[in-house]
Amino acid sequence: MSGFLDVLVGVMIVIGALFAVVASVGLLRFPDLYTRMHAASKAGTLGSGLMLLALALEAPHLDIFTRAVAGVVFFLLTAPVSAHLLARAAYLTGVKPVPQTEPDDYSRAIGVTRSDPEGER
Amino acid sequence: MSATEFLEICVAISLALLVLSFALITIRIVRGPTFADRVLALDMLVSVGIGFIAVIGVKTGFYLYIDIAIALGLVGFLATVAFARYVMHCGDVLGGESAMCYGSDSEKQR
Repeated sequence: MSGFLDVLVGVMIVIGALFAVVASVGLLRFPDLYTRMHAASKAGTLGSGLMLLALALEAPHLDIFTRAVAGVVFFLLTAPVSAHLLARAAYLTGVKPVPQTEPDDYSRAIGVTRSDPEGER
Repeated sequence: MSATEFLEICVAISLALLVLSFALITIRIVRGPTFADRVLALDMLVSVGIGFIAVIGVKTGFYLYIDIAIALGLVGFLATVAFARYVMHCGDVLGGESAMCYGSDSEKQR
């Protein structure tokens, strides 16, 4: 039983680290801020959450388990909030998405016309 | 190969992958064309650091590390919120410009 738990924890931390690597590759390779935000806030949170759950399974005590699960729930709650705040602040201060994001509803909602679709960003 | 040896190998592999992830995020922090890119990469760096602390906790068996991970997550979230408000009030500070917000002539968006 303990051996099975060790194998499960090993597989979970390797998968979590792979998610972290995929998220950082996406952070490096995607063309603008708003697509990078998808990679960082989804895959990054999933990776660290998997590694925290692996630590929760490895720990023999119930208090460590509940603390780790509470940490995972906390990260799942706060990651979309911070991503939304940062995206909204960046959009309102003029960080342009790539021109391929064609139905750009938010620019119409706030009354901003994208004058130069390929600026410096 | 016993299960404990398998866990040791998995810990080594995941630590190496996390170091690679740290390196890629650092490249994005250095290169990031806008200030918001750098803030996003710092948020991601905190998230990967939480995973790193969890893997170190599995490796050493010292489970008090999970409190450090939760505290780091809280601080990282508050730092990202504060940086987002900074971007909102001071505009997007490009690289090469001064990072100071002078407040008087910054554009008031809302």
